[in-house]
Amino acid sequence: MDALTLLLAMPLAGGLTLGALGHRRVAQDINALFSLATLLAAAALTARVMGEGPFEAWGEWFFVDALNVFLVTLTAFVGFTTALFSRPYMRVECDHGKMTPGRMRLYHSMYQLFTGMMLVALTTNNLGILWVAMEAATLTTVLLVSVYRTAASLEAAWKYFILCGVGIAQALFGTILIYLAAERSIGGSDALLWTHLSTAKALLDPQVLTLAFVFLLIGYGTKVGLVPVHNWLPDAHAEGPTPISAVLSGLLLNVALYAVLRVKVLADGALQNGLPGHMMVGFGLLTVLAAAFFLMRQKDVKRMFAYSSIEHMGLMTFAFGMGGAVANFAGLLHMTVHALIKSAIFFAVGHAAQKAGSQAMEDIRGLLKLSPTVGWGLMLGSLAILGMPPFGVFASEFLILTSAMQSLPWATPVLLVALGVAFAAIFSRVQAMVFGDTELRPLAHPPALLPVFIHLGLGLMLGLYIPPFQTAWYRQAAAMLGG
Amino acid sequence: MNAHALLGQSINLCAVTLLVLAFAMIAQRRILTLIHLFTLQGLALVVATVLVAHLTGDHHLYFSAAITLVLKVVLIPILLHRVIDRLHVRWDVETLFNIPTTMLIGIVLVVFAFQLADPIASLSASIARGTLGIALACVLLSFLMMIVRAKAVPQVIGFLSMENGLFFAATAATSGMPMIVELGIAFDVLVGILILGVFMFQIREQFDSLDIRHLERLKDD
Repeated sequence: MDALTLLLAMPLAGGLTLGALGHRRVAQDINALFSLATLLAAAALTARVMGEGPFEAWGEWFFVDALNVFLVTLTAFVGFTTALFSRPYMRVECDHGKMTPGRMRLYHSMYQLFTGMMLVALTTNNLGILWVAMEAATLTTVLLVSVYRTAASLEAAWKYFILCGVGIAQALFGTILIYLAAERSIGGSDALLWTHLSTAKALLDPQVLTLAFVFLLIGYGTKVGLVPVHNWLPDAHAEGPTPISAVLSGLLLNVALYAVLRVKVLADGALQNGLPGHMMVGFGLLTVLAAAFFLMRQKDVKRMFAYSSIEHMGLMTFAFGMGGAVANFAGLLHMTVHALIKSAIFFAVGHAAQKAGSQAMEDIRGLLKLSPTVGWGLMLGSLAILGMPPFGVFASEFLILTSAMQSLPWATPVLLVALGVAFAAIFSRVQAMVFGDTELRPLAHPPALLPVFIHLGLGLMLGLYIPPFQTAWYRQAAAMLGG
Repeated sequence: MNAHALLGQSINLCAVTLLVLAFAMIAQRRILTLIHLFTLQGLALVVATVLVAHLTGDHHLYFSAAITLVLKVVLIPILLHRVIDRLHVRWDVETLFNIPTTMLIGIVLVVFAFQLADPIASLSASIARGTLGIALACVLLSFLMMIVRAKAVPQVIGFLSMENGLFFAATAATSGMPMIVELGIAFDVLVGILILGVFMFQIREQFDSLDIRHLERLKDD
C-alpha cells in the first residue's frame, strides 16, 4: 500500500477499532499507536513528495503538493503527541469521575475520526469533498465538546454546531458558485477538481469568483475563528477536554485556513486585482486587534489561550493576505510554530487545571512550587507564543512585521499595539499562575511532559535554525500561493 | 406554449413555492406545523430536481432527487416527529415577537439576494437561471429564522431549511454537484441531525427546557 492510502486508512481503522473495542485500559495505548502509524505514513508521504514533487493519486481524487504535505505532517505529528498527552490526562479525568467508559469510547473513536477527516480535507483534490470533510470534522468533535455534559459544555457544543454549521453552509454556497463558474470552461464532474481549476483559473468569471470568495472566506473563516464570526471558538476550547482544545487550536484552525488559501489561489487567478488579498488583510487585522483586547478580559485560562489562538490566526490571515514570497513564507512558518507551541501550552494548562481543580486563573497559583516542569512548560510556552526570541514565533512575527512595513506601512502600528496588549495580558496572568505560594494538589498519575517539551524544543529550533529541506518546502508552498 | 417552456415555468413555480414556504416558516408558531412546512419544502425540492433532471436529461439528478426524497421528506421528518414526541413538545406554541417586522426584514433580504444573484444568473447555463436569486433568498430567510427563534427545534429546522436552499441552488443554477459530493453532503446532514437529536435530549435533561435562552451563560465579562 502506498503512503497516502495508509495515511487515510489508519485514522479510519483506528476510529472503527476503538469504537468496536469499547473502553479498556489499553484503549489509550491503541489510540496512541494508531496516531503513531498515521505519523509514520505522513513521514513516508513527505519523503515521496520531497523526492518526486507534487502528484495526484487514486485517479485525480487526491492531490499532494508542498503546501498540503507540510500540513499533513504537522497534523499527524500534533495528533500523535496529543494522543500521548491524553493518556495521563484522561486517566485523571476518569478518576475524577468526569469520564465514564462510554464517554471514553466515544472520545477515542472520535479522536481518530477527527484526525482522519482533517487529513482527507487536506489531501483531497475536490473542493466539494473538502467541504464535506470540513463539516465531518466539526461533527466528530461536537459531541466531544459536550462530553462532560455540564450546562456550560452543552452550550458551547450547541454554539459550535450551529455557528460552524451556518458558517460552513455559506462555504457550500461559495463552492456551488465556483462550480457554476467552472462548469462551462472545464465541464462535468471535473469542475470541482482543484488541479483543473488551478490550470483554468484565468478563464473563470471574475464576478462569480468575487462572490464565491466572499462566501468561502466568511464560511471557512468561521472555522478559522476570524472576528466577527469567532464566537464559538473560545467556548468550544474552554469547555471541551483539554486534548481536544489542543487539536482544535493547533490543527483544525490550520485546516480551515488551508481551505481559504486554496480558494484564494483560484480567486487571485481569476480576478487579477488583489481583492481576495485585501479582504484577508482586513479580516486579519480586525481579528488580531479584537482578539488582543478580548484577551485582557478573560478569567478562564483555556479561554484566554483560545483568544490567543484567534489572534494568531488573524495574524496568519493577514500575512497570507499581503501575499508575496516573504509574507507567505512567514505565514507558513507561523502556522507551524503556532500549532506546536499552542498545543504545548494547552498540555501544560490541562495538567495545571487538573491540579487546581478549576480552570479559573485565580485558582491556579504557584505552579513552580508544586511541579516545576509543568510551571516551566507553561512559562516558556507563554513566552514563546508571545513572540519572545529565540522561539520560532519571534522569527515569523518579525518577518510578518517587516513585510507589512514594506507593503502596508499603516498596518504595522496596529499590529504592534495588538501584540503589545496581548503580551501584557497574557504575561501578567501567567506570572501569577506560575510563581508564588501554592494550594494545588499533586495528581495520581504523572503528567505527560514529553510532548510539552518536544513541542517547545521544536519551536525553539525553528526560531534558530530551519532545516534546509523545510525551507525548500515553505518556499515551494509560498510560490504556489503567489500574491 | 410548448412542453419545454411549460417545464421551465414549473421549475419556477417550485422555486416560488420554496420561497413562500420559507416565509411561512418564519411566521409559524406551532412546532408541529413547522415540521409539516419543512416536509413540504423538501417535497417541492424533490419535484424541482426531477423537473430539472427531465429537462436537462442529466440522469444523476434523478438519484439526487431520490436522496432528497428519502432524507428530507421521509427520514428527517420522522426523526423530528419522534424527537418532539419523546420530548413532549408536540403541541408547543412558541411566542414570537414582532412577526411583521421579521417579515419586513425578510422582504429586504429577498431583494438583496436578487440584487446579488442578478449578474451571475445571466451566466448560468441552466434553464432555470432566475432561480439562483430565489435559492439565495431561501438561504438568507432560513438564516433569519435561526436568529429570531429561541427554541432548539425551530432553530434546527431553520438549519435544515437552509440546507434545502443550498441544495436548490446547486440543482437549479448548475446542473447538480458531482454525485460523490452530493452523497457526502447528504451523509453530513444525516449525521448532523442525529447529533442534534442527541443534543436536544441532553439540553432538556440539563435545563428541563428546550429554550436556547438558557444557552447564553458563556459570555466574556
